Amino acid sequence: MEIKIALAGNPNCGKTTLFNLLTGSNQFVGNWPGVTVEKKEGRLKSDKNVIITDLPGIYSLSPYTPEEVVARNYLIDERPDAILNIIDGTNLERNLYLTTQLAELGIPMICAVNMIDVVRKNGDTINTEQLSKRLGCAVCEISALKGTGIKETADLAVKTAQSGEKMIPQHSFCGCVEHALAHIEEAFLHDLPAEQQRWYAVKIFERDGKVLEKLNIPEDTLSHIENDIADCEKEMDDDAESIITNERYIYIAELIKECFKKKKKGGLTISDKIDRIITNRFLALPIFAVVMIIVYYISWTSVGTLLTDWTNDGLFGDGWHLFGNGSAQYEQAQDNFAAENIFTDEVKATVEQAVDADVIGAAEILDAIDGGAFADFDEAYGSYGEELAACGYDISGIVDPAVETMNDTIDPADYGVWVPGIPVLVETGLDNINCVEWLKRLIVDGIIGGVGAVLGFVPQMLVLFIFLAFLEACGYMARVAFVMDRIFRRFGLSGKSFIPMLIGSGCGVPGVMASRTIENERDRRMTIMTTTFIPCGAKMPIIALIAAALFHGAWWLAPSAYFIGVAAIIVSGIMLKKTKMFAGDPAPFVMELPAYHLPTFGNVMRSMWERGSSFIKKAGTIILLSSIFIWAGSSFGWTDGVFGFSTEMELANSILGKIGSAICWIFAPLGFGEPTAAVATIMGLVAKEEVVGVFGVLDFVAMTSLAGYSFLVFNLLCAPCFAAIGAIRREMNSAKWTWFAIGYQCCFAYAVSLMIYQFGLLFTGNVNVLGLIFALAVFAFIVYMLARPYRENVKLSKKKTLKV
Amino acid sequence: MATLRDAKIGETVTVKRLNGEGAVKRRLMDMGLTKGVDVTVRKVAPLGDPIEVTVRGYELSLRKADAEKIDV
Repeated sequence: MEIKIALAGNPNCGKTTLFNLLTGSNQFVGNWPGVTVEKKEGRLKSDKNVIITDLPGIYSLSPYTPEEVVARNYLIDERPDAILNIIDGTNLERNLYLTTQLAELGIPMICAVNMIDVVRKNGDTINTEQLSKRLGCAVCEISALKGTGIKETADLAVKTAQSGEKMIPQHSFCGCVEHALAHIEEAFLHDLPAEQQRWYAVKIFERDGKVLEKLNIPEDTLSHIENDIADCEKEMDDDAESIITNERYIYIAELIKECFKKKKKGGLTISDKIDRIITNRFLALPIFAVVMIIVYYISWTSVGTLLTDWTNDGLFGDGWHLFGNGSAQYEQAQDNFAAENIFTDEVKATVEQAVDADVIGAAEILDAIDGGAFADFDEAYGSYGEELAACGYDISGIVDPAVETMNDTIDPADYGVWVPGIPVLVETGLDNINCVEWLKRLIVDGIIGGVGAVLGFVPQMLVLFIFLAFLEACGYMARVAFVMDRIFRRFGLSGKSFIPMLIGSGCGVPGVMASRTIENERDRRMTIMTTTFIPCGAKMPIIALIAAALFHGAWWLAPSAYFIGVAAIIVSGIMLKKTKMFAGDPAPFVMELPAYHLPTFGNVMRSMWERGSSFIKKAGTIILLSSIFIWAGSSFGWTDGVFGFSTEMELANSILGKIGSAICWIFAPLGFGEPTAAVATIMGLVAKEEVVGVFGVLDFVAMTSLAGYSFLVFNLLCAPCFAAIGAIRREMNSAKWTWFAIGYQCCFAYAVSLMIYQFGLLFTGNVNVLGLIFALAVFAFIVYMLARPYRENVKLSKKKTLKV
Repeated sequence: MATLRDAKIGETVTVKRLNGEGAVKRRLMDMGLTKGVDVTVRKVAPLGDPIEVTVRGYELSLRKADAEKIDV
């Protein structure tokens, strides 16, 4: 028979470490239905029949936070065979508060006092025997970090579960409360099993909305009960909920006096000393900046980039040199060949002429030729070669055949052990079995390309997750919230939102994933929705392209994009927190600052792996499916009026192109109602840099710079790429919220671009009356939303009496 | 009536009463800020808010707006 044991305890009590010790690698990580709270289950290492559920870390069983609701619903509805309550021995008093509530559930329970090694080191003593007697359940001493007492605890928990000995709470409240509780039990709860009555009675006394809703008590009983509660409140001069909480802490204070002896000592603990520096008035912000720079630098510019380049260009590209041996020689050989056969005087002269004629991109090509590196040239030529040819400075006659000869004669395998990339291998394999062309392209471009798109993000993300796991586990993350709270809470965000946004400036996908460190669900959702407004690395090419094509390379374009991103976050934060979607739970910022401690290597790695694999699984499916869809949309189309597949499909004739021309009128008020712009925007969903690929520089010549800027802003703010959408879906854990996020982003982008274009027209003297009226209306609405007074939700902060 | 907000850094005060209702009050009480408990104000965040206090042997941070609801 299977046995279910629930792990319950405060946050930071070492629950996760214990869970890892008990279950080893037999874990399943998921989400609790409907909320963004993580659910972990695993089987006991020594007995596979025992399922252990790791409940979220909670302080109480109140109905106010999603974590607490999830935990108590599980305990009441699923009724596990036993609760293993973990108590942080260094913080006995507050930890026992949850224990008193768990005891009332009537589920067999044992307590494990964790961090007993630290308690002893501090010279304190806990009398677990006395504690056990007073609590009415077994109490054992463990150290999850050192691994002591784990096996005994596990055995005891299983034994308790098997015995089915119901927990009987030993504490009682003061006379009038007990009187009211007895009345409640008698009036309504006598049909329930005896051991469950206590918990329900206390909850009804507290007027717990969620329990009342569930029980559906008849009206006359309710008013009868209400009288009892009101009498009690009058006598104690406090509201029912506070009476109960107070009584619990009074009982705990008694327990502590009996069972806990603190060695009196002056001086500060190590944690205090660290905190004196880290949250110091003057040093806190500089230290924070340094930590952020280190995290950003290592995960984006050094280690992270190295790994990502290898995944994208090596594993899912042409291939790579094993351990990088021979790469330098290979490049040298290419450069030498290029200097002789590609960078000829004729090519140089043509490009120089193009530069003189101010052809866009010519300067980049010339720089690359002067630099002498073929790789740089290849990139510049790939981007701007066609524009050069179109303006009458064609160099492809020399360059293309020469490159072909070079690829034939210089083989990377001659310079070291060359490992071909997956697409190359698969393509060769498919060629050998004479696969049909469209199927081959589907597999190589659609599926493998899609898998590559998913995995391409993973290495950088894993590096980042190591940092996040470390910062969280050592206790610094809580200090980040403490230090940054003042700035961010005005926009409905948490102090911890800074990190996702910083990461988001590199790539929105890990940025969204980084929001997991925010405990409050409302802040987390808000962060997820706004993080992708920050221009990520892939949006840089769009900015560069527009700057080059329409603004003569103006320097201020990129900073203005960041400014718009930050402004979008602020404006959205202020507007959204007033909407119905976010009006839900008020968010008290009452947060524990846990003691600093060095996390174990295993825990950090496990946390990194859990997040990484959940991205691959959940977000990966969405990314893969949409890549295949976009591949099909751009490879199937009408060639000379006949529908079919073609590797040479012109984008304008493909299915996507047709969709683009069908919807492009939508963008007319924004100034770019052309099919190309619409298709480019759709392709931006695959990856933002694809916008550049669709939109050759020449397409901009017809555009005014105002329309170009409007196009840029729309693409910066609208729905992010599929990878980021996948990450949003993963973190929101709800289709409704994902659609809300994407819908909001698109509408917001539309509104901002509309205002930019229409007000821009006004200043340049080309007023479009209808458009202007529309833009003014949008502007007025946003100003109204910003200025509207904000009230915390009334529904939850005002207690109703039980009268119906 | 003095509130926790007015307490100076390093000062230890005793909680007399919690004002307000609902989720915020419950949360403050869940974290151990109940009638009669001693609270020591440790520091103020670099930007002036929130504050850090020691209560029941551990460190807790709360916003000044919430500290204002606690009479000491």
